Amino acid sequence: MIVETGHFALVLALALALVNAGVPLWGIAARDRRLMAVAPSVAFAGFLLIAISYAALTYAHVTSDFSLVNVIENSHSAKPLIYKITGVWGNHEGSMLLWVLILSLFAAAVAVSGRAMPIDLHAAVLAVQSWIAAAFLLFILLTSNPFARLVNPPIEGNDLNPLLQDPGLAIHPPLLYLGYVGLSITFSFAAAALICGRIDAVWARLVRPWTLAAWTFLTLGIAMGSYWAYYTLGWGGFWFWDPVENASLMPWIAATALLHSATVMEKREALKVWTIFLAILAFSLSLVGTFIVRSGVLTSVHAFANDPRRGVFILAILVFFIGGSLLLFALRANALKPGGFFVPVSREGALVLNNLVLSTCCATVFIGTLYPLALQALNGAKISVGPPFFNLTFVPLFLPLCAVMPIAQTLAWKRGDLLGSVQRLFFAFVCGAALMLFLAVARGGPAISILLAGLAVYLMIGAFTDLGTRIFGRAALVNGHVLRHALGLPRSTYGTALAHAGIGLSLLGLAATGWGAQKILAMKPGDVARVGSYELALESVGPQTGPNYTATVAHMAIRSGGSKVAQIDPAVRFYPTRQMSRSEAGIKTIDFGQVYVGISDGTTPGSVNARLYWKPLVTFIWFGAIVMALGGLCSLSDRRLRIGVARRVRKLAVAPQAAE
Amino acid sequence: MMRTLALAGLVFLALAPGLTFAVTPDEMLADPKLEARAEALSTGLRCMVCQNESIDESDASLAHDIRVLIRQQMLAGRSDAEIRAFLVARYGDFILLKPPFKPETFLLWGAPVLLLLAGAAAIAASAMQRKAAPPSAPLSAEEKAKLAALVGEERR
Repeated sequence: MIVETGHFALVLALALALVNAGVPLWGIAARDRRLMAVAPSVAFAGFLLIAISYAALTYAHVTSDFSLVNVIENSHSAKPLIYKITGVWGNHEGSMLLWVLILSLFAAAVAVSGRAMPIDLHAAVLAVQSWIAAAFLLFILLTSNPFARLVNPPIEGNDLNPLLQDPGLAIHPPLLYLGYVGLSITFSFAAAALICGRIDAVWARLVRPWTLAAWTFLTLGIAMGSYWAYYTLGWGGFWFWDPVENASLMPWIAATALLHSATVMEKREALKVWTIFLAILAFSLSLVGTFIVRSGVLTSVHAFANDPRRGVFILAILVFFIGGSLLLFALRANALKPGGFFVPVSREGALVLNNLVLSTCCATVFIGTLYPLALQALNGAKISVGPPFFNLTFVPLFLPLCAVMPIAQTLAWKRGDLLGSVQRLFFAFVCGAALMLFLAVARGGPAISILLAGLAVYLMIGAFTDLGTRIFGRAALVNGHVLRHALGLPRSTYGTALAHAGIGLSLLGLAATGWGAQKILAMKPGDVARVGSYELALESVGPQTGPNYTATVAHMAIRSGGSKVAQIDPAVRFYPTRQMSRSEAGIKTIDFGQVYVGISDGTTPGSVNARLYWKPLVTFIWFGAIVMALGGLCSLSDRRLRIGVARRVRKLAVAPQAAE
Repeated sequence: MMRTLALAGLVFLALAPGLTFAVTPDEMLADPKLEARAEALSTGLRCMVCQNESIDESDASLAHDIRVLIRQQMLAGRSDAEIRAFLVARYGDFILLKPPFKPETFLLWGAPVLLLLAGAAAIAASAMQRKAAPPSAPLSAEEKAKLAALVGEERR
C-alpha cells in the first residue's frame, strides 16, 4: 500500500509539473498575475509529492520488501541499515528519483524565497523548472520505474554492490546531485530571462546565490567522490579522467566560468549574452553527464544499442532542452545591446580571459570524453583517450590560468594598472620563487612538482594580497581602524580569496604526490617494511566476520624512529552474495600526509600482498576543495545577495499589521 | 556516485572472486630500474576489458598477462618503443591511453589550440566592433524631461 502511494504520488507530481509548465507561461502571455501566482504553490506541492514518493521507496528498502524488483536487485536483509537507506540511490531507478527530488527541492526553494523577484520572472523560472521535472518524471515512470513489483517475490535479495556499501555513498551522491541538478535553476533563470526579456544586472544578482550554491555543492561532491575512490580502490588513485568524472567536471568548469562572467554582468552590465549562454551551457553539460552515465553509452556503443530505450529517452530530453534553449537564445539574444566599456587590461578583461581559458578547458574535456565514441560511430576505429591526453592538454591550459588569477584579483575595474598589480604581488612572487629554490636544492626534483609547489604558494599568498592591502591600507593604519576596515569589506571579497587559495592548496597537495614513496611486496607476520620515513610492521593476519561479509585483516604497526606511532588494520572483504571482494585500505593521517596500506590475499596461507604508500600532504588536495567551498559559502552570505530579505524586513517594520 | 557506479560496472567486468589488485609482488622484476620502467610503461597502456583503467591499476587477468609480457620483453632487452609498437600491432591503437597523433586524431589534439585561438579571435572581433560603433546620440529634450521625472521620483 505504501509502495503504491509512492507510485501514485509520482504520477500526481507529473500531473502537477505539467500544470506548472503551462499555466504560469499562459499568465505571462496574458499578463494575468493570478495565473502567474499559481506557480509557487504548485511547485511546492510537486516537491511534497516527490518527497512522499521518495520516502515510500526508502520504506520499501528499509523493510526489505522483496516484492519490489528494485529492492531485490539492490538490497539484502542482512545489509546494515545505513546502506539500506543510502542504497535507495545506489541504483539507476533510485538515483533518478533522487535526481527529480533535488530538482523539485530547488524549485520549492525558489518558490519560497523568490518573493522579492519580479513576479513574471519568478513564474517563468518555476515554469521552466517544471518542464525539466515533467520530462524526467516521464522518463522515470516510462523507462525506470522504481516501484515495479514482482508477482512471485524471492525470499532474499541480491545485495548492493560491495563497492557502494560505504559511508561515501551516504555523502557523495546527494552532494554531487545538489550541485549537478542545482544548475537547473541557473538554466531556468536564463530561459526565464529570455522569455521575459529581463536580461540585466538585477537578473545577474538574483541568479548569483543559486549558481554559488550549486557550485559549492558540486565542488564538495566532486572532492568527496575523489576521496572515496582514493580510499576504496586500494592503491590511492584519486583522479582518473574517467568519462564519469569528466561528466561532473564539465558542469563544474562551466559553473565556475558562469560565476565569473555573472560578476561582470552584475557590476558592469557587460557580457550579458555570454553569461546567459553559460547559464544554459552549465546545465546542458549536467544533462550530457546524465546521458553519458545513465544511457550505457559509456561501456560501449554496443551496450547502448542493445537496450536503447533509456538512452534514447535521455537523448531526446537532452536535444529538446539544449536545442530549445539555444533556439530561444538565438531568437532573443540579438536584441541585447552591449554593456559597459572596458579596456583589455582591467578586471573585466581578466575575467574575459578567465572565461576564454575555462571554456577551452571545458571543451577539451568534452572532446576528449566523447571523441572515442564519435570516432567509433564514424568509422569503427577504436582509440582510447586517457590521462596522458588530459595531462598534455588540460593542464597546460589550467596552470597559466592559475598564474594569472592573483593578478586579476588586484586589477581595478574598467581600467587596470598591470605594473601596479604585479608590484603588489611582489611578496607572493618572492615566496613562490624562494620555495622553488629551496625545493630544488633540498629535493632536486621532480621539476613539475617543484613548479607546482611554487605556483601553489604564490597563488595562496596572492589570493589574499588584495584583501591584505585593503585591510592594512594606509588609511586604515593611520586611523587605526584595521578591524572595522576588515569587517566592512564585502564578504564576497573574502569568498574570492578563499576560493582561489583553495585551488592553491589543492595544487600543493598535487605537487607533493611527486615526493611520495611506494612499496609493493608480499608480507607475512613479523615482516617489517620501510616506506618514506616510516616502518610498517605486520603483526598478525586474521579473519573477521561482518554482517554480510567475511574479511582478512592485517594488523600493522606504524613506527617512526623506533617508537610506535599508530596502528592500522587494512583488510580485504569478501561479499558472498555477489561473490565480490573489496579492499578496505588502512590509512593514517600524519601531518597532513597519509600512510596508506592496501592488502590482498597472498599466494601462501597467512601472508598478504601489500601495497605500502607514504603520501606527503595528500590531504591538501581535498582540504583545498573544502576551502574553495568555504569561499563559496562566504560569498553566499554576502549582504548584497540578501537584498530581498532586507526589503521584506523593512516592509514588516514599517507596517507590522499589514501581513503579506 | 556516478564515479562509483562506473567503478561498479568496471568491477563487474573485470573482477573474478578473490581480489588480486594491480601489480602483485611475484610479477615484479628484481632490478628496480627495469621495474620502474615497466611501471611507467604500464600506466600508459589501457586494460582493454576494463573501463578507462591502465594495466598497472587493473585486476583483470588480461592486464596481468600484458604486465608479465612487458616485463619479459624488457628482460629480453627490447626498448619501450619496440614493446609499444608490438602491442599496438597486436591490439590496435585502443591499447594506448595517449592516442597517437595521426589523421584520425588531428582534430582531437588540435581542438584545444584551435578553440583557444577561435575564442581569442571572437573576443578581439567583438572588441573591435564595439570600438567602431558610433557613440550614442545625446538625449533629446523629451528624454531629458523623462529622465528628470524619473530621478525626481526616485529621490522622493
